[in-house]
Amino acid sequence: MKQKEDSLLEIHDLSVSFRMYDHGLEQTDLQVISNLYLTVYPGEIVAVAGSSGSGKSLLASAILGILPGNASLRGHLHYKGEELTPRRQKYLRGSEIALVPQSVSYLDPLMKIGVQADGHKKPYPTEKRRSVFKRLDLPDKTEQLFPFQLSGGMARRVLVGAALITDAQLVIADEPTPGMSLEQAMEALQMFREMADEGKAVILITHDIDLAVEFADRVAVFYAGTTVETAPAADFKNGPDSLRHPYSKALWRALPQNGFWPIPGFQPYAGNLPKGCLFAPRCPYKTAECERELPSVKEVRGGEVRCCHAT
Amino acid sequence: MPLEAKNVYFRYDKKQPWVLEDRSLILHRGERLALSAPSGYGKTTLAMLLAGYLKPTQGRILLDDKPLPQKGVCPVQLIYQHPEKAINPRWRLRRVLEESGELREEMLDALGIERAWLNRFPGELSGGELQRFCVARALSCGAEYLICDEISTMLDAITQAQIWNAVLKEADKHNMGMIAVTHNKHLAGRIATRIVDLTDGKLRL
Repeated sequence: MKQKEDSLLEIHDLSVSFRMYDHGLEQTDLQVISNLYLTVYPGEIVAVAGSSGSGKSLLASAILGILPGNASLRGHLHYKGEELTPRRQKYLRGSEIALVPQSVSYLDPLMKIGVQADGHKKPYPTEKRRSVFKRLDLPDKTEQLFPFQLSGGMARRVLVGAALITDAQLVIADEPTPGMSLEQAMEALQMFREMADEGKAVILITHDIDLAVEFADRVAVFYAGTTVETAPAADFKNGPDSLRHPYSKALWRALPQNGFWPIPGFQPYAGNLPKGCLFAPRCPYKTAECERELPSVKEVRGGEVRCCHAT
Repeated sequence: MPLEAKNVYFRYDKKQPWVLEDRSLILHRGERLALSAPSGYGKTTLAMLLAGYLKPTQGRILLDDKPLPQKGVCPVQLIYQHPEKAINPRWRLRRVLEESGELREEMLDALGIERAWLNRFPGELSGGELQRFCVARALSCGAEYLICDEISTMLDAITQAQIWNAVLKEADKHNMGMIAVTHNKHLAGRIATRIVDLTDGKLRL
């Protein structure tokens, strides 16, 4: 497939699998991401929502080329029209593509925050860092502290700040807001928005859907390692009738302000995926057709969806 | 039989400023309290004090007018914000759960824990999957009070609803007292019987 003209990042048919020990010395491949697609254009924030364990963080690692050693990757990753090879990934990460890691344990426990956030690029962006930290509501003394002296929310803001200091074209923010108060989270997302308005792009992996749709342009919904729907952010504000995939609808209804309804069952285990639609075992609209094969992606009302019954 | 913090002061070091200054709080069994405050305000510190992981510099933490027991399972259980840091990375998850009592099938089902996960190591599961184990571990040791420090921020909405419904059901069944630290106002409204915002003013309940 040829890359769409003006996209910054394009991913299609991406699969990631892990080699694991099964019995004794026998190894098996566990496919955790399959047939995943995502396109990011300059100037937009794409929010990635979806169940925990659906491969959102792995996608971030795959783009940056920092998957663990026992992982193997298949499919197409294109950045600015060129294929992302491991060598190019190594060159781009930290300069053109920046990551806000999900876990606060990504901070070096033995380095003071200021030095750590500046990174290794000279001249050190100390002034810029101070102004970014100030906007993120981090007290001046933060730069003199070690990671263990920070609260959860402060550590997150340091991670966000460190990514914003770089002049990256693409920031992948993996759940940047947990632990922050609403005002701080809004400020952090506003800074991402300003970045995107300058023509850069942000992939915002998040569970705070209601907050994310206020700032994002599009929302991609992941389930069990694949993309089930990409929709304009406005559809998430309008509610389940505007959404296309039954999983997206269920996700909307489970928000505390929209009913707090869980659906029964759980996401299929990676080694034991159903043959057809991955959501079929939990889907209220399931028919025989759904169980036959994985539905292909189709365009419905200005969004893309992987469901035979979507209208 | 309330859980009580009486005029608690806490700082991590004599040179450091107070993290908590003269805080008091009473929680009765069957009561569910939602706490929200800006980050860096001492919510996690307060949670750790109440669960006995830290000792107050001044003041006392009392359960039924007695200090928290020093031996055995603590009747006040804390569920952490970061599950990946709260589980022994070298134990299989079955062992993690069995440490706090026998495995209960209905608990595993309610929390959506797949049996296959029990034989895996913590590094092989996602944050949301690990958090289910932390919740199961805290619920299956017969605790009287549960302190949930932002336990669902790393979960998707469906899992969040699933886990909270399981926690609330269990809390009702055993008449547990609960403190939930959360920034999500909508979630607080759903789960709590009492909501306290610490943003301004001192915690004096």
